[in-house]
Amino acid sequence: MYSYNEFDKAFLAERNAQFRAQVERRIDGSLTEDEFKPLRLMNGLYLQLHAYMLRVAIPYGTLNSAQMRQLALLAEKWDKGYGHFTTRQNIQYNWPALRDVPDMLDALAEVGLHAIQTSGNTIRNVTADHFAGAVADEIADPRPVAELIRQWSTDHPEFQFLGRKFKIAVTGAEHDRAVTRAHDIGLRMLSRDGQRGFEVIVGGGLGRTPMIGKVINDFLPEADLLPYLEAILQTYNLLGRRDNKYKARIKITVHENGIEKIRELTEARFAEIRPEFKGTDQDVLAEIRGMFSNPAFRNVPEDAFHTAYDADPVFRSWADTNLSEHKAPGYAIVSISLKAHGKTPGDATAEQMRVMADLAAQYAHDELRISHEQNVILPHVHKSDLPAIHARLREAGLATANIGLISDIIACPGMDYCALATARSIPIAQEIAVRFDELKLEHDIGHLQIKISGCINACGHHHVAHIGILGLDRAGVENYQITLGGDATETAAIGERAGPGFSADEIVPAVERLVYAYLDERESPEETFLQTYRRLGAEPFKAALYPEAKANAA
Amino acid sequence: MPRPFTPKVVTANDLLMGDVIYQTADNVWSRSIAEAEVLRDEDTANARLAFGSAQAGEVVGAYLADVKVGENGPQPVHFREDFRMTGPSNYFHGKQADLQASS
Ligand code: HEM
Ligand code: SF4
Repeated sequence: MYSYNEFDKAFLAERNAQFRAQVERRIDGSLTEDEFKPLRLMNGLYLQLHAYMLRVAIPYGTLNSAQMRQLALLAEKWDKGYGHFTTRQNIQYNWPALRDVPDMLDALAEVGLHAIQTSGNTIRNVTADHFAGAVADEIADPRPVAELIRQWSTDHPEFQFLGRKFKIAVTGAEHDRAVTRAHDIGLRMLSRDGQRGFEVIVGGGLGRTPMIGKVINDFLPEADLLPYLEAILQTYNLLGRRDNKYKARIKITVHENGIEKIRELTEARFAEIRPEFKGTDQDVLAEIRGMFSNPAFRNVPEDAFHTAYDADPVFRSWADTNLSEHKAPGYAIVSISLKAHGKTPGDATAEQMRVMADLAAQYAHDELRISHEQNVILPHVHKSDLPAIHARLREAGLATANIGLISDIIACPGMDYCALATARSIPIAQEIAVRFDELKLEHDIGHLQIKISGCINACGHHHVAHIGILGLDRAGVENYQITLGGDATETAAIGERAGPGFSADEIVPAVERLVYAYLDERESPEETFLQTYRRLGAEPFKAALYPEAKANAA
Repeated sequence: MPRPFTPKVVTANDLLMGDVIYQTADNVWSRSIAEAEVLRDEDTANARLAFGSAQAGEVVGAYLADVKVGENGPQPVHFREDFRMTGPSNYFHGKQADLQASS
């Protein structure tokens, strides 16, 4: 895994000292809030409904056990004992006091973590496939590329004041777990004639105007990456609108100018700047790659796994749901669900973070990942260790067997925390999870993604959910709109609005009707909700959602 | 005839703690909306907001929030202000816990 060099450390120390002084100057009155706000946002510090919120970047979602323990320490010492993992592979602390934030940042720096560029109109935390380096369907581990982009974009003078925030995601695998088509730039590694490169996707995004990204280059040789990214950003900086915040993202630039024009300008700019890149970046990339080499996988018997699998139904259910195939023989990828039924999606207590850190250190080559689905991953686990891991997770309330199921819900903080929210998201997620747990239906329902946002900014990814829920304020009352058929993977699609919204009391029964409609309509238990939806279209689902409309029409 | 005016209070977040505060008639900031000064016409409301906003060393983001006045003093009209007054619904944290601890 990447470890900070002296340059990174000095940079962080300087930034933190600067911010400490800025906080002091805000408190003693020499800075106004208007002056201070952009400075605190540059350091990940927001003011939400009830308190400040500190957003800490977890670059490409990768942590070691020492870092996870430090996150636990922050939760305990300066927050209320927990943290919230987000869809952008960050962690948010909901209760820090202003005076404590510089100390929190120093504590993070001790383990090479920070909150820089987690906010503001900059290139944000680069996200990557959370199974990177562990899956078989991968051309290469995407994280060295993500790290290269992080180094290039951090504090890049030209890109500190973009028209709007800028999000990049990278995957090296065939199956897209990084939602690359809903990012400002998505990169998919390809291999062509023995040469490595990228499919470059531009102009995807969610928010109030959701867009699926378009391919600007179907094969960009690996060595051209940084100049090409720079050319895209310069084109965006030039063409992108600054007159209207809601039209400022690159998705609008691409939409308004057309992908052909953006491509033409990017290619022209690329031709100009390419010669300035003399290969240092490729040397750096090679060096970074060295730090992401495979752990030394063990070759030992798997008997303990099979014994437990045959003997213990609880273990078996967890193993069937929460494990994914690993590239190394005898290994598995473990997804730890932060979606216990009735709990807040993505939240982990300090104690739970420590348990996960301990497990990573003891059994998983010291690696943890945060997924955009708001779960934690142990990417490299030998199967013989799974029964012990499962037992420890159970004690810590972390063994919920629901990965990919209806209760594995993404939810943004919504009006329980967020100052921009128009309705709550968390309680809706809690109620849906509890309801389907009571019905004992979720394993029968199979793969189904529900994602909930508390306003049109769509931080909860509702547009790309199989069932998306958007919380709105309708005349002073919370109202929930449903979208159907969204998809976050390589077959990305924006969900379609189903019709009028539902009140907070009606939304869970409405979801239940949708699910029963699916169970009635599916051709076999193997056909997922999304497949059934694609085969039949929205009609049977709308009929289930709005039985009155059907009755009236009859 | 003057337009009907929905009564208001001045509310903000505390600079140091970030928590929700309300301006009282004697120019201090209270943690409890019940103690807030109720503003019944537009001019007074704007003047009191200007006064509150000027205290940049103590508060962030002062604004006027609609209230209805009941037996226990001013209460929120909009559900957003209900949450600000109470705290999140997923944990017993924030004001609901602070007020219990101090009573
Ligand atoms: C203080 C809390 C937050 C604020 C103020 C905030 C603000 C915003 C805004 C304004 C947008 C729309 C940007 C645009 O379309 O130009 C947005 C989008 C987004 N945010 Fe947040 N957000 C918050 C919390 C979160 C959290 C907790 C997550 C992860 C769970 C998150 C992840 C995202 C994602 C994935 C998008 C949409 C993707 C895109 O940028 O197109 N945000 N956020
Ligand atoms: S979607 Fe809206 S409510 Fe949810 S976190 Fe984003 S800005 Fe806040």
